[in-house]
Amino acid sequence: MPQLVVKTREGQELQVDAQADISIMEAIRNAGVDELLTLCGGCCACATCHVYIDEAFVSQLPQMSEGESELLSGSGHRLATSRLSCQVVMNDSLDGLRVTIAPED
Amino acid sequence: MKPEYDVLVVGAGHAGAQVCTALRQFKFAGTIGLVGDEAEPPYERPPLSKDYLAGEKTFERILIRPEKFWGEREIDLLLGRRVVAVDPEARRVTLADGRQIGFHKLVWAAGGAPRRLVCAGSELNGIHCVRTRADVDKIVAQLPSTRRVVVIGGGYVGLEAAAVLSKLGKPVTVVEALDRVLARVAGEPLSRFYEAEHRAHGVCVQLGVTVERIEGKEGSVTGVLLADGSTVPADMVVVGIGIIPSVEPVLAAGAQGGNGVAVDALCQTSLPGVYAIGDCALHTNQFADGARIRLESVQNANDMAATVAKAIMGQAQPYHAVPWFWSNQYDLRLQTVGLSTGHDQALLRGDPATRSFSLVYLKQGRVIALDCVNMTKDYVQARALVMGRVVGDVDRLVDVSQPLKTS
Repeated sequence: MPQLVVKTREGQELQVDAQADISIMEAIRNAGVDELLTLCGGCCACATCHVYIDEAFVSQLPQMSEGESELLSGSGHRLATSRLSCQVVMNDSLDGLRVTIAPED
Repeated sequence: MKPEYDVLVVGAGHAGAQVCTALRQFKFAGTIGLVGDEAEPPYERPPLSKDYLAGEKTFERILIRPEKFWGEREIDLLLGRRVVAVDPEARRVTLADGRQIGFHKLVWAAGGAPRRLVCAGSELNGIHCVRTRADVDKIVAQLPSTRRVVVIGGGYVGLEAAAVLSKLGKPVTVVEALDRVLARVAGEPLSRFYEAEHRAHGVCVQLGVTVERIEGKEGSVTGVLLADGSTVPADMVVVGIGIIPSVEPVLAAGAQGGNGVAVDALCQTSLPGVYAIGDCALHTNQFADGARIRLESVQNANDMAATVAKAIMGQAQPYHAVPWFWSNQYDLRLQTVGLSTGHDQALLRGDPATRSFSLVYLKQGRVIALDCVNMTKDYVQARALVMGRVVGDVDRLVDVSQPLKTS
């Protein structure tokens, strides 16, 4: 099972099992991390699962849809490495991916 | 189950779950009990009429938190239990089985029950609603033997269900009593757009006609008789005609209310130590021009939960959150910001024929809401306009080449 390293807002680092074909939002939620509100449940209708992706992995991620990019532009905390974690589906090549949970808007 | 809880939350939907989670995030050290009348731990309701009905997501994937989360956070899940009475003086509730639970603070987050048909035939097999996981599991179980579906009610739930069921290959007829779909929640151009989309996907949309009775044979539905005398054959009927707030026990205990339980800006009811949040909370909403409303949305559930968690922690902040909402039908992503009720002007921004446009709602010249179809950019940018109730520059608002955001 690919692994994910999650850095929480409180600065804690957690190693998380991330099932392939499931979004990293779900992996983070399933690991018991409660900082992501994930209000729309992962259908790219809000921006409450905002994370920063480790730069080393940015180029390996699926391209951002226009909708995801627009939703992120509504965040006051957007960085070049920002993604909505519900839009990044885990796979084996992302093993070891490090993400940091963005501050709450 | 403990004999009493420092905070007892009744209703394990989005609002109830979130108030518990938020309290623990704020380091609340007291005991928390979360009572739910369904068997399942808190789950998301919006997918019930979308991905879950479509079979695209398993139930585990729509859980608000993994099952073990609640125990880890020392939140007692008291599932399959219904509160039938509240005693505000003794500070305890009574469950349907007669047992009692004491509380120091009570958060009423019981949501609502689907409004049922009252016409003849409404007891027949094959009539469904879409409020709980069990409701949708029953629909899914009946699908293999279902040839034709009638959806009663052209609101969001009915239309979303119609979109999924027609995508699953079922002939679907939507019956709406008013003269357009989404009549209570959106402006006419949006209604006509969705009506046309459903028709283009093969859904029969019948407007301005009420249901006379449900016809059946051997206890099961065979069709829907309409007031115009016609019968629409169906072996499944899905009813989406709104909810009735589940507030009877708190109102019986003396809380003010009617269509919901009345709350103040901190979501406190008129009973000391009793809060109400989510779909059932009748509140003054600044985005409805100060009208007393109930708001059935995840946004409202979540933000009211945060309001109460802060109040319990002694960091009270009045509820003031921009309403937002979404609906996915076919490949159409509708995103709404603000509340359009009471608008006196609706401006089309973009061409619905392109399937990417917005409808801008004004009241006395000020922007109060937007419905954005496949137009997330407008949705995001409109937030500031709705927050500020900005005076709308009509020429600019209808010009898609100009961004909504002025700064």
